[in-house]
Amino acid sequence: MNGRQDIDFGTPASTATTLVTLDIDGQAVTVPAGTSLMRAAAEAGVMVPKLCATDSLKAFGSCRLCLVEIEGRRGYPASCTTPAEAGMKVRTQSPQLAKLRRNVMELYISDHPLDCLTCSANGNCELQTMAGVVGLREVRYGAGDASPGENHFTDSIKDESNPYFSYDPGKCIVCNRCVRACEEQQGTFALTLSGRGFGSRVTAGQGQSFMDSECVSCGACVIACPTATLMEKTVIDKGQAERSVVTTCAYCGVGCGFRAEVKGAEVVRMVPWKDGRANEGHACVKGRFAWGYATHPDRVTKPMIRAKITDPWREVSWDEALAHAASEFRRIQNKAGRNSIGAIVSSRCTNEEDYLVQKLVRAAFGNNNVDTCARVCHSPTGYGLKQTLGESAGTQTFKSVEKADVIVVIGANPSDGHPVFASRLKRRVREGARLIVIDPRTIDLVDSPHVRADHHLQLRPGTNVAVLSAMAHVIVTEGLLDEKFVAERCEPKAFFDWREFVARPANSPETLEAASGVPAAEVRGAARLYASAANGAIYYGLGVTEHSQGSTAVIAIANLAMATGNVGREGVGVNPLRGQNNVQGSCDMGSFPHELPGYRHVSDTLTRELFEHDWGVPIQPEPGLRIPNMLDAALDGSFLGLYCQGEDPAQSDPNTHHVVAALSAMECVVLQDLFLNETAKYAHVFLPGASFLEKDGTFTNAERRISRVRRVMPPLAGKADWEVTMALANALGYAMHYQHPSQIMDEIARLTPTFSGVSYEKLERAGSLQWPCNEDAPDGTPTMHVDSFVCGKGRFLITQYVPTDEKVTRRFPLLLTTGRVLSQYNVGAQTRRTANTDFYGADLLEIHPHDAEERGIRDGDRVGIESRAGSTTLPVTITERVQPGVVYTTFHFPGSGANVITTDNSDWATNCPEYKVTAVQVSRLIGA
Amino acid sequence: MENLGTVLRIIAAKQTLPGALLPILHEIQEALGCIPSESVPPIAKALNLSRAEVHGVITYYHHFRQTPPGRHVVRVCCAEACQAVGGEALAEHARARLEGSDLTLEPVYCLGLCAIGPVLQIDETTLHARVTPEKFDTLMHALEEDQ
Repeated sequence: MNGRQDIDFGTPASTATTLVTLDIDGQAVTVPAGTSLMRAAAEAGVMVPKLCATDSLKAFGSCRLCLVEIEGRRGYPASCTTPAEAGMKVRTQSPQLAKLRRNVMELYISDHPLDCLTCSANGNCELQTMAGVVGLREVRYGAGDASPGENHFTDSIKDESNPYFSYDPGKCIVCNRCVRACEEQQGTFALTLSGRGFGSRVTAGQGQSFMDSECVSCGACVIACPTATLMEKTVIDKGQAERSVVTTCAYCGVGCGFRAEVKGAEVVRMVPWKDGRANEGHACVKGRFAWGYATHPDRVTKPMIRAKITDPWREVSWDEALAHAASEFRRIQNKAGRNSIGAIVSSRCTNEEDYLVQKLVRAAFGNNNVDTCARVCHSPTGYGLKQTLGESAGTQTFKSVEKADVIVVIGANPSDGHPVFASRLKRRVREGARLIVIDPRTIDLVDSPHVRADHHLQLRPGTNVAVLSAMAHVIVTEGLLDEKFVAERCEPKAFFDWREFVARPANSPETLEAASGVPAAEVRGAARLYASAANGAIYYGLGVTEHSQGSTAVIAIANLAMATGNVGREGVGVNPLRGQNNVQGSCDMGSFPHELPGYRHVSDTLTRELFEHDWGVPIQPEPGLRIPNMLDAALDGSFLGLYCQGEDPAQSDPNTHHVVAALSAMECVVLQDLFLNETAKYAHVFLPGASFLEKDGTFTNAERRISRVRRVMPPLAGKADWEVTMALANALGYAMHYQHPSQIMDEIARLTPTFSGVSYEKLERAGSLQWPCNEDAPDGTPTMHVDSFVCGKGRFLITQYVPTDEKVTRRFPLLLTTGRVLSQYNVGAQTRRTANTDFYGADLLEIHPHDAEERGIRDGDRVGIESRAGSTTLPVTITERVQPGVVYTTFHFPGSGANVITTDNSDWATNCPEYKVTAVQVSRLIGA
Repeated sequence: MENLGTVLRIIAAKQTLPGALLPILHEIQEALGCIPSESVPPIAKALNLSRAEVHGVITYYHHFRQTPPGRHVVRVCCAEACQAVGGEALAEHARARLEGSDLTLEPVYCLGLCAIGPVLQIDETTLHARVTPEKFDTLMHALEEDQ
């Protein structure tokens, strides 16, 4: 796929199933009904000239360049807006059409500067190409009083406010593609054409700079622009790329496909890949623009060691660093036992790398002390969905939302956390789907241009289970169950128990209103709306899982979906919006202390024997330590060595004081990362990591989609992460010899039934594959649980609401909850090292005007925040997005210490920390 | 914005109309003489539109103004029938005459009185037919006197 540019068919594909055959320039062409003549021609290899059309946008019919002749019809219809009909005879070229097109083009160029040679679009300019295609040879007019080749906006000042692209109105042909991209693709509606006639120009917001407008910097307008009007600054600086490599974004769990456009070993720009099924040609500000961290001067490219964490680092060779790490791990094991060391697997690394780390732990460390950061985000999803539906993963594709009629978003903020999926969701809402938002905070989806939630259940943090059980109560007591689905697909006894439980008056919306703060009528309305949908889909995030009842809430969601028959087809389902690019994959790869790859328990003898035979070592049948257990064990002196790959627990895990004390108590912390992060302060060995641009592998996104990551440039430190893990295993005396990550995937496929059909060769052919991919489903499984649940019969489970121990008191009267913003990513290790800090440069504490006034706090003040675990300070923003009694902050900047405040409370089933509920006091700093 | 109360009242009264944007914009301009930029965010919010969309509509129609007009608005017809009977010369004269004045001059394209052009309109309230430069000066003088 290297080096190819996406073909632009001009208009979107038709989804019709009936086919029509027509004649285009003497060729018989068969296309789905509703296909435009332009697209039909393009599919037959006939490219009709065009300017305002591009296949990511609906036909617009304004540029008048794509005119064609149709036999038996008068005039010259635009091929982009004319649908193909059976038996049509279309001519795309004739002397008359050529003359018309040339004249139209002459008018465009009469108002366009003729600086092609020095223009940044040179080499990739649709206007220039079309002028060539139509054979433009002279320009007789100028715009108004101007001479030909001048533009009446040439004197306008360029808008350079956005850090990543510039806007030069002097090159604009007013094709409206950017405005339409912002509306149709992104759904932000930040752009418009202001004025009319010659005065019309593209305008952001109310005639403001891009930065001052609602623009979210997704870059869709820049891709849509056929000229240099909107242009990436990296292209202006470096020129057009010479080749492109298709790869997968390394930010969130959407897993967008990108074409990395490259010059030598340098990325010129990242362009969302049209054939990427997770994103279909769309992107967000992170994946599209925030990749500069990969070559940031802060990258550490030499291995380093030190005897004590108070010593300075000493650069050493790879061999010395690895030998030192291996000898320390063995020394510790000899002293304190086999179980005294362990590893944390990165959800940012590839499947192959994650697989190798857990293999190293099980085969070379000889224990099961391996865990992943999914522990602190979606472990309740794994548990809850496995218990109810039988598989630890979301049930749908992202595309499925296009068929949903009622969409429920719970504890997730897609427009910030999963922006490319949010764009799809918003498009569906604009088409008429209804929306229910269950969130303590007024997220953008509640009310933003062309999107408005029918119900916003603004619950108190920590009461998800109360609200979900109350919705179930309404569904059961008002006769809204899908009795047929339940009878056919679910275990009857479990269902009857559940039905009896939720029907109790204790679970009614009226009873639970006191706990959740949500008016009963709203809960009833939302439950009726969801239950009555032809297709009801639930999307949820960490606002569900990161609670003491995180697993219970996931189960409650699965219960709702089963009770209403919303599982097993397109447009429905239970969809966790997973946080990290490969958090699904790291879980799939056996990065858990109790599970081997494919979610098979270590106590299962048959599975263990399979791996023991392949790996040539015995595997312990007892589960190992989870991350919180490792930290606790470090403090009691029984856990002394940690191999931490691509993680920063000192910033990301709750109760920082506790984490730091535990890390300080360890004798050998081996950290593998791109940067010296917060955890590096407590490390003894630093092994340089490689960014996603520097290696081959695969990521698995939230829809179970396995996509290829392809090497764009060589690893800065000389080794990809899988090579480092392999070298460490070899240094420990356990031989690993892989020449390429494809061989690791072959091993995964050999040992894991849900992956048995996966290979790099098949991925190359298919583009991506959704597991399970095996003999039963050789092309993968887009929708799960179609005919029956993975566990056979769906299992309803009782979801008793138990209030969290983290309660407000006189001393800590407010509840703090946390989240992310669009431009920053998690602990910010990457995004803080890009110009994304221009959009959000510091964590802010959101507080309701009432709570601010009570405390004498003004907007922008720096305030102190204290919880039972610790205290920190943050600048404040006063907003009604949060309800009275609730404060909210992000956790992107280490100095903010958001996790200094969060507590040790965790999910009862999985130990996932309760980040989302912390009782705090907020006070104005003296002298502030 | 001191007029925010007025804007919010107008929005509240009209926002449920089908196609409420234009009626709201008209009424705001009628009440305030223009559509101040500060009124755009509350209009957008109420109608579930973006600020850019509202801005696009305001700038599309010449009728809508974003800044307050002069003390009076004088519209000279520049359409074909008036042009044929001296409208262009009148417009030219008007431009020179009102240079630096606190009256606002605007072109208008047909006021429906083609038989008695050139036509001129003051403040959307009075129409004047067969306007010569002299007649124009007299009318303007009266407006300027009427402080």
